[in-house]
Amino acid sequence: MPDSREIRIDPATNTLIRQGVPSIVNFYDLHGLEEALRIKEETGARVTVVTMGPPPAEKSLKTCIALGADEAVLVTDRGFAGADTLATSYVLAKTIQKVEQEWGKVDMVFCGKQTLDGDTGQVGPGIACRLDLEQLTYVSEVKQVDPIRRTVRVGRKLEDGAETVETRMPVLLTALKELNRVRRASLPGVIRGHRYKPIVWTTADFPDLDRSQIGLKGSPTIVAKTWVPEAKKVTCQWLSGENAQAAAAGACDALWDNNLPARLGWIRGGAVHD
Amino acid sequence: MTDAVQVQEYDWSGYRGVLIYVEQREGRAKPVSWQLLGQGRRLADKLHTHLMAVVIGGQIEHLAKDAVAYGADRVYICEAPELRDYRTRPYSRLMMQLIEEVKPEIVLFGATATGRDLAGAIATHLPTGLTADTTELDVEPDPSRLLLASRPAFSEKMMATILCKQYRPQMATARAGVFEALPRDNQRSGEVLRLESRMGEDDIAAKVLDFVRDQTSVNLEEAEVIVAGGRGLGGPDAFRLLEELAEAMGGVVGASRAAVDAGWIGHEHQVGQTGYTVRPKLYFAIGISGAVQHTVGMSNAELIIAINKDKEAPIFQFAHYGIVGDLFQIVPALTEEVKRRKLAGEPLASEEGEVGA
Ligand SMILES: Cc1cc2nc3c(=O)[nH]c(=O)nc-3n(C[C@H](O)[C@H](O)[C@H](O)COP(=O)(O)OP(=O)(O)OC[C@H]3O[C@@H](n4cnc5c(N)ncnc54)[C@H](O)[C@@H]3O)c2cc1C
Ligand SMILES: Cc1cc2nc3c(=O)[nH]c(=O)nc-3n(C[C@H](O)[C@H](O)[C@H](O)COP(=O)(O)OP(=O)(O)OC[C@H]3O[C@@H](n4cnc5c(N)ncnc54)[C@H](O)[C@@H]3O)c2cc1C
Repeated sequence: MPDSREIRIDPATNTLIRQGVPSIVNFYDLHGLEEALRIKEETGARVTVVTMGPPPAEKSLKTCIALGADEAVLVTDRGFAGADTLATSYVLAKTIQKVEQEWGKVDMVFCGKQTLDGDTGQVGPGIACRLDLEQLTYVSEVKQVDPIRRTVRVGRKLEDGAETVETRMPVLLTALKELNRVRRASLPGVIRGHRYKPIVWTTADFPDLDRSQIGLKGSPTIVAKTWVPEAKKVTCQWLSGENAQAAAAGACDALWDNNLPARLGWIRGGAVHD
Repeated sequence: MTDAVQVQEYDWSGYRGVLIYVEQREGRAKPVSWQLLGQGRRLADKLHTHLMAVVIGGQIEHLAKDAVAYGADRVYICEAPELRDYRTRPYSRLMMQLIEEVKPEIVLFGATATGRDLAGAIATHLPTGLTADTTELDVEPDPSRLLLASRPAFSEKMMATILCKQYRPQMATARAGVFEALPRDNQRSGEVLRLESRMGEDDIAAKVLDFVRDQTSVNLEEAEVIVAGGRGLGGPDAFRLLEELAEAMGGVVGASRAAVDAGWIGHEHQVGQTGYTVRPKLYFAIGISGAVQHTVGMSNAELIIAINKDKEAPIFQFAHYGIVGDLFQIVPALTEEVKRRKLAGEPLASEEGEVGA
């Protein structure tokens, strides 16, 4: 993904300009990769990394190879540009199917919880839905992977607590940063990454691709307008701060003037509501 | 003719009404559900259409009544033992079935973990567009009836309005704490309809083995009073002063990211872009400068009082009342004053004149 600190928007189409923006690996994705590499070390699985993006995204793929991924695929084509999450998940689902044809069955797909630019968290569920995979989002711990029973047990972190869920493979997981600590590349890894040429797939490599479902055309959402929000300004009434007691009395007067003690139920009249 | 713009007309007259997904756990609705019903009511009224709610779960009968009280005209309820815990497959199947049957023009979910998980699956299945994490929702009246879904982008530096012209329903997830619930009205009447769950436990691969509720979590999103502190507190000890003030007012303690990052207080207290969006009746910003990433999370508070020793601090552009001074002097004095007046039960302005503002 592009480094969101340097992002720009195409004023004509209101889509992201990914060209010329330094590419970094989305930070949640690194946690997904880390977990995949741990499972590889335990079970001998094969780890393939895929990304859809403009050619500079190659650099991010090399980073993933340096960390220990077996191969990396860049899916790139002008036709894919301007994709929203629906179109992105379509192409990524097609890519995963093609990965299966090339290297064998995919049992687990790791995504980040969200990206740092679009920040929707919708691409993971979109891919799972298209490939009919079980879906485990917001994963904070992979507790068990059982290749024989073909089950996965994970901890999920939600707003109000933590959940343990078990389901069957094939499964798609989206990673939280709590999932693990990302390793650093070893020196041989760095050299391997440096020399590695990612595999490149374009629309031509997907014979059954439905062109109406990709890129801007395949994206139901349209960014109609962007603007810089004006700071919501209010006029501040100053309360005397020269002496703490005066300030405290002033603040309390303000609360009482606004009828808050009654509306908050501190004092008589507490039943009065809004 | 040059540059003829191709205008395609779609007939969406078969799609009417606004549908809100009511998220619950163990029979307790998330506050965002009622906030969305409030906003949904405004949108439905503007479109001269009806507002629907859907509740899925284990023991949730009572939530149908609540949804009506918070503004729904019609509530779809699906109750079954296998629906007790949220799981993507059975919930999304049910939602698909409902959406295909009632053809709403707009469907809204809370931008919670569950809301995003569910909405992402449904939008792909339908398929339709899904706008993420919106903070402003409006509609264009007839004939377009478009949902104008606006969301922050690029670390809140920008806003973007996103449309879904060629697909129905138009779907969005919306941030908690941004919209206002309507006051509960138990006199409202509405229709309650039942949905059949067509999946049995055996058809569902995912099993929820346990759920541990986070007991330490302060409920910032539901709090009516928040006393928040920042780097100006200088260390963890000063949070004791804030706790005392919060306690005197029946509130909870919030914090800026600087205070959280310094390790003075837990992340569950953080207000702002990467913390919680809150909308309490009363918000104290104490020793907080007012960076945009903080203010996006709290500027919807009804009344904001800032205490800062720097008169130029940006927080004063958001505060209704400002005190320039040292928090170590002012906070304890304020706590004492609140306690004193509460005890005295000072008469309200409203008791002398009319009730209400
Ligand atoms: C201002 C603005 C607002 C936008 N809002 C919306 C919106 O509300 N709804 C919408 O549908 N689109 C929206 N888009 C388009 C969206 O940004 C793009 O579709 C984007 O490519 C998808 O990224 P995301 O951040 O939504 O992905 P997320 O769903 O947040 O990403 C989650 C994970 O999916 C995987 N992933 C995502 N993209 C790729 C990829 N290209 N290659 C490999 N893996 C990937 C990664 O593992 C990532 O960690 C918006 C675009 C702009 C410019
Ligand atoms: C991607 C991103 C996400 C972020 N998300 C969040 C977020 O969710 N929430 C958040 O809060 N921030 C967030 N931030 C950080 C934000 O930009 C600011 O750095 C942070 O809010 C500053 O915290 P502060 O106001 O407590 O500290 P400071 O800016 O250091 O302000 C301290 C204030 O205390 C005052 N002060 C000092 N001593 C006293 C005293 N004795 N009495 C009274 N006043 C005193 C000072 O005058 C000053 O105004 C985010 C930043 C980034 C880049």
